[in-house]
Amino acid sequence: MADMKRRTFLVGAAAGFVIASSSPVGSKSNKLRDAHQFQNIHPRELIRRRHFPNVPMITHEGRRVLFYDDLIKDKKVILNFMFATCEKACPLVTANLVKVQKMLHDRIGHDIFMYSITLAPEVDTPKKLREYAAMHGVQRGWQFLTGKPADIELLRRSLGFTQRNPVRDADKTNHIGVIRFGTEASMRWAACPGLAPPDWVATSILSEMDSPLKGGFKTT
Amino acid sequence: MANPREVANARTNRLEIIKAGLKRRDLFKMGLLTSAGYLVPKNGLSAWAFDNHCGPGACNPGCSPRITPFLDPLPIPPVLPERTLADPGLTPAPQEFPNNAINPVNQLPFEGRGQFNGTLRPGTDSFQFFTQYPVQHYFVQRIRANPNFRITSDTSIPAQTIWGFNQGGADPSDVAIAPGPTIVAHYQQPIVVRRFNELPPQNQNGGFGVPEVSTHLHNFHHGTESDGGPCRYFFRGQYFDYYSTLQQAGFDFNNQPNGDINESLSTLFYHDHRVDHTAENVYKGMSGFQLLFNNFDTGDEGSGFHLPSFPAFDIPISLADKLIDPGTGLVCFDTFENDGLVGDVQLANGKVQPFLDVSQRRYRFRILDSGPSRFYQLFLTNPNNLNQVIPFWVIANDGNLLPAPVQVTSFRMGVAERFDIIIDFKQIASQFGTSIVRLENRLQQNDGRAPTNNILGAGRGTYCMEFRIGAQVADGSVDPATAPHFYTLPSTSLTDATVIPRITRTFTFDQSDGGWVVNDRFMSCNQIRFTVQRNSIERWILQNNGGEWQHPIHIHLEEFQILRRGSRGSAAVEHSRKDVLTLNFDERAELFFRFRDFRGDYPLHCHNTIHEDHAMMLLFQVQDVGDNKTSP
Repeated sequence: MADMKRRTFLVGAAAGFVIASSSPVGSKSNKLRDAHQFQNIHPRELIRRRHFPNVPMITHEGRRVLFYDDLIKDKKVILNFMFATCEKACPLVTANLVKVQKMLHDRIGHDIFMYSITLAPEVDTPKKLREYAAMHGVQRGWQFLTGKPADIELLRRSLGFTQRNPVRDADKTNHIGVIRFGTEASMRWAACPGLAPPDWVATSILSEMDSPLKGGFKTT
Repeated sequence: MANPREVANARTNRLEIIKAGLKRRDLFKMGLLTSAGYLVPKNGLSAWAFDNHCGPGACNPGCSPRITPFLDPLPIPPVLPERTLADPGLTPAPQEFPNNAINPVNQLPFEGRGQFNGTLRPGTDSFQFFTQYPVQHYFVQRIRANPNFRITSDTSIPAQTIWGFNQGGADPSDVAIAPGPTIVAHYQQPIVVRRFNELPPQNQNGGFGVPEVSTHLHNFHHGTESDGGPCRYFFRGQYFDYYSTLQQAGFDFNNQPNGDINESLSTLFYHDHRVDHTAENVYKGMSGFQLLFNNFDTGDEGSGFHLPSFPAFDIPISLADKLIDPGTGLVCFDTFENDGLVGDVQLANGKVQPFLDVSQRRYRFRILDSGPSRFYQLFLTNPNNLNQVIPFWVIANDGNLLPAPVQVTSFRMGVAERFDIIIDFKQIASQFGTSIVRLENRLQQNDGRAPTNNILGAGRGTYCMEFRIGAQVADGSVDPATAPHFYTLPSTSLTDATVIPRITRTFTFDQSDGGWVVNDRFMSCNQIRFTVQRNSIERWILQNNGGEWQHPIHIHLEEFQILRRGSRGSAAVEHSRKDVLTLNFDERAELFFRFRDFRGDYPLHCHNTIHEDHAMMLLFQVQDVGDNKTSP
């Protein structure tokens, strides 16, 4: 009986390997691991490949954009996820970020760009997002983004808004509490809870993007 | 990421492997096990992996290139040389008040001390007790990039760029190493360490790392200005003087003027603590050991407690797990990670699974879990006879000598914990007939949240390093079996009227909306959450509100003793002073503190550095009048 199980398992494992080897990336990765044929790839490019899929999106103002080319590349950005009908933390996070936007009013839209990506692209049309932004008093320079559901899901995973527990991961409200910000060209990325005190969120953002600022990071 | 079906598959596959009783070698042959001892996360064998994920840029467990173990000798970090005030690096000389004059070259203050979260606060952060305990020894370290650092002599793996500490010289030939040089200091001999930030600009970080640093001396009883806390980082082109009174705790309380000898610390480590970026910066190489000696723990086996002599037979070992990008062969770090990070390449003192030639006698090893997220359960394994159970002695927990040695066959450590152990290779050679033993981590951990708490079979874990046992040599060190007494634990008896806590405070650790919280709140450098009364006693209750993650909680300034803890009970090796409490799943622990001597602000935080960087931290302060917040 034990032998039977073992054999079954071995066959299963071997079959798994055939599948892996027949897929182009799978075979490439095995080769990489064994032969150590390394390439010289700029770390910025590696971050782009891993985290910034260049998917098409639509802004709440109806503009068609590509995620990496138009929104991320060479920019200082603030990213988070939300959806218009979310009743728990989204309104709180958005309200908090509105305060942050006010504190950084001379920067947002000029050299720092805010993006909120909907987790409910099926229902969050640009019009819905426009209403949501207006309701919260969002100012210029902060764009709400929607797109194809599969692209949004790819973005969510690529940007690290995930939970390892599958039950938690399936709960959209678990992905709206974190905001991520960074300077793409200099490969500097940080995150902050969306409900952290707004003065601290603003301070963190400036300390990421302006370092070292002579005289320090004053936000009030 | 993984769907429930994949998770179920992974569990089934693991159970099949266990049931089938496959040997490690079989798994290796089948390509299901990496040289580091991990199951290859492929085709459902990992609950986390996604398809075709091992291309360039994939910084995932199971994707790192295989590296042959035991190729390199264990590097032993050099002792940081002392410098005189005549050294150019010490001009102008360290002083009580920070040197905040503006450097015309970069328009920044020369010294970063006095800055808080990047903002200069004039008139702050002068050294406490500086005139009372004059400096006797000076050291310099320059924090630099080293692009020629090798983690293995396997030449197919390229040189790595680390950011680390050098030995203080201005010359470029004095390169940074990781772990950094070991700082050796002696009680009652105050020191200053001047650190220069000579890191490259941000856009030359190789993908991770921030060239703003704050060097925390982990577990030292420090003034806040020298503690290297999260908000006291300094910039490229600045230096920062760190002063240590080198007095035991209680020196300005009830054990004047030199403190309580029973509060002596032995094994500490320094590491970067820059708020929001600690994980990537430490991972990039910014940590090293600092050892403290006194008239008992002397570093000479001919005197005091007769512990094995430093440095020949007293060796620090820093354990670290890394990921290597399968496309570039370079150590990588995912700055978009929230839960924690476990690597599949095991390093000891900066080399992949090294070996150490030892003689047949007793050695003291000071073992550090340098993180970022891995827990270890360490055993000694004879690879040629996996049935042998090999004992050794724990003599210190978190760098603090226990009242007496405790014999064990393994011990558990979380991030930032240190265990000093004594291994008697003469006894092992004669009793077990082996000339090789390996330090093996047998604790299963599949992701950065926590270990599973499953202990793998001997030889199925990860070998951290190998000891190669040579000839017999003289041994003047104390035999732990004779039950030598070290320090006496300071009293925590609640029946003793002098040790009644002024207040009990409760701290819960949890996840909230995808972020990590302490008492439902997030870290901010702009908020001090409560005030401890200087020279008072407090009882703190730490509660893990989660069954999926474990948290190694670290508190600055003062150590604690565990009065009571939940699931595991308090093991013999935990009857000690400690500075890290590893909270098991849903565990509650009750701690006893004395807060003495210094005033200022200090953090409490999770030392899973990914959790720490995602706000699982708070600041408290110690002042002459404390507050009564019980759940701050």
